[in-house]
Amino acid sequence: MRVMVESRMRELRYREALREAMAEEMERDERVFIMGEEVGHYQGAYKVTEGLLARFGAKRVIDTPIAEEGFAGIAIGAAMVGLRPIVEFMTWNFSAVAFDQILSNAAKLRQMSGGQFTVPIVFRGPNGAAKQTAAQHSHAMETFYAQIPGIKVVVPATVADAKAFMKAAIRDDNPVLVLEDERLYGTKGEVPDGDHVEPFGVAAVRRAGEDVTLATWGKMLLPCLEAAEQLAKSGGPSCEIVDLRTLRPLDHHTVVESVRKTGRLVVVHEAWPYGGPGAELVDRVQREAFDALDAPVLRCTGRDAAMPYNKKLEDMTIPDAKTVLAAVRAVMAY
Amino acid sequence: MTKVLAASTDPMFGLFSVIRDDGSMSDEHKAKIPDALLARMYREMRRLRALDERMLVIQRQGRIGFYGEVKGQEATPIATGLALDAEDWIFPALREGAAMLVRGFPLDTYVAQCFGNSCDVNKGRQMPSHYSGKSVHQVSWSSCIGPQVPQAVGAAWAMKLRKANTIAVGFLGDGATSQADFHNAMNFAAVFKTPCVIICQNNHWAISVPSKMQSASPTFASKAIAYGMPGVRVDGNDVCAVYLALSDAAARARDGEGPTFIECVTYRMGAHSSSDDPTRYRSNEEVDAWRKKDPLDKLRKAVVARGLIDDARDEALFNEVDNEVKAAIVKVESAANPPRESVFEDVYGELPWHLREQREELLASAPPPAHGAGH
Ligand SMILES: Cc1ncc(C[n+]2csc(CCOP(=O)(O)OP(=O)(O)O)c2C)c(N)n1
Repeated sequence: MRVMVESRMRELRYREALREAMAEEMERDERVFIMGEEVGHYQGAYKVTEGLLARFGAKRVIDTPIAEEGFAGIAIGAAMVGLRPIVEFMTWNFSAVAFDQILSNAAKLRQMSGGQFTVPIVFRGPNGAAKQTAAQHSHAMETFYAQIPGIKVVVPATVADAKAFMKAAIRDDNPVLVLEDERLYGTKGEVPDGDHVEPFGVAAVRRAGEDVTLATWGKMLLPCLEAAEQLAKSGGPSCEIVDLRTLRPLDHHTVVESVRKTGRLVVVHEAWPYGGPGAELVDRVQREAFDALDAPVLRCTGRDAAMPYNKKLEDMTIPDAKTVLAAVRAVMAY
Repeated sequence: MTKVLAASTDPMFGLFSVIRDDGSMSDEHKAKIPDALLARMYREMRRLRALDERMLVIQRQGRIGFYGEVKGQEATPIATGLALDAEDWIFPALREGAAMLVRGFPLDTYVAQCFGNSCDVNKGRQMPSHYSGKSVHQVSWSSCIGPQVPQAVGAAWAMKLRKANTIAVGFLGDGATSQADFHNAMNFAAVFKTPCVIICQNNHWAISVPSKMQSASPTFASKAIAYGMPGVRVDGNDVCAVYLALSDAAARARDGEGPTFIECVTYRMGAHSSSDDPTRYRSNEEVDAWRKKDPLDKLRKAVVARGLIDDARDEALFNEVDNEVKAAIVKVESAANPPRESVFEDVYGELPWHLREQREELLASAPPPAHGAGH
């Protein structure tokens, strides 16, 4: 008799996938709790934690005063003595207020104490530009955090990844930062049933192609897919798209492998062009696939200035399918 | 602490107010608030309410991306604009932008900030309701809660070092008192004895979080005691009370006596911002109870009690200020967007070579279809 071991798929929204992951982990492990601004009674500024207060009670879904530095520190302390906090930042922009707690404490305590202490904690929230949220509310913060040894950085682009990586983050004994995206919260996607957890540091090839590799993460996957479709329809170059999924650890191997096939690479990210995981990737590729490259690696990034509020200006500051296409054409024309 | 305040308020439980329920006030207060000033306050508040109402409609119609109402909290920005000298500096929080208007900032340019087009002095860079005008010595609030308060203290400290006879006023909401910036501001203000006033508009809510969940202090004003400065609690819906309290605190600061902390007890009658629905977290009864203390109604009573206005004149005044608002919107709304290359301006004082390169690259690409026209 043939046994079918096929997991059933369900369609969820990105925010629901995150919520499901947290709820399942809270069911599984009573040490897990959520804290942050308006995560309880208000159901979360972006409704990610909707219903969790009713389900798990005020001891495990905790509304805090407006003090990111404060509750990051409170949660780190709780984690050091055995709890497993999930800290929501209303947006990652406000994590800047808590930067010292993350950089000099959560990330360092294990190393500085010779491995005596651990900080099993998740920091999560929406990252990057939303819609006309301007200079102080639109930061792509992953650039800063991906630099820090001692923490893991996840940027899920798909609904399935949102769930699988959130679960992995909660189970991890190290500090894990999950950078979500307001513009992805409403997107729908298939999620496998059951206890599905993804390992950190394994990129996903979202689209196979022959002529050029697009490497990206987070919501920038969307313009990459759009540009690749447009090119496919118009008989243009065929794009392979690699979604990095985690930025620390950074799976450059998958990108190198892809570049060995295509010979060309465009790195697409929303963050500023100066440095960051995009530049890191370029460094790895030139070292490990120099002989395979038919053109210099290009990057298609946000512009090197504060995010404007004005819609026209904002639109031309964030990479979109058009700017990705232009970069692909440039790399093909070399 | 100067006379009126010291006598009439204690930071724990006092509440300094001026306008009585019937609109009258004591002779002492009356002498300090002459008819012309009272009438001016009323006109300003009428205009600000009209502005809020129109801007909210515009936001709902999608003509601007965001709006932060000040309804119910008009007394404090108006009193501030009137109580300070033109050379003093204002570092507002979310709801004090309109002090700029009181100090003569043009209404049309103010409104243009919300459209973020080429009429906006911020060049379309900041979210709506983040007004600023160097001409009237007022910066914009920070989208991230808190940083303006220590900055106000720093400005005041600089004024002290330069022996200027000016002061700085920093604002925050009740929620922002939880941030470390508040602690730093209070501590430095007192330790450096800076000529400043720190004003907390306690509107009872920080989005959905009630003020009792931010702080276990008996009152916000009482926090001042521990920092070593006077704290006063004022009826923040009584524009005359805020005006007198701030005038006293400003005089203290100018006399070299150091900072004062003022808690203005008020209520946010509308939503936190256009992205919020307050019915999800607060009761109609609560909102109704505060509606009875509407600062505009309170002030109207005082103006009527002095015989400065009647129904007919009030209606005429409303039409006048509303037309002013309408005209300002019409004047600026359809202005062009800032030019696309402007994103590289003001990153630094001069355009550095690396941004010049990026600017040239941008200009070499095809402009988006509708660029530069309309909104
Ligand atoms: C550092 C930071 N954390 C969180 C937020 C989100 N946020 C915006 S306004 C606000 C509440 C502010 O409350 P309060 O200081 O009382 O001012 P009010 O809105 O009542 O005038 C919050 C939490 C933010 N802007 N900045």
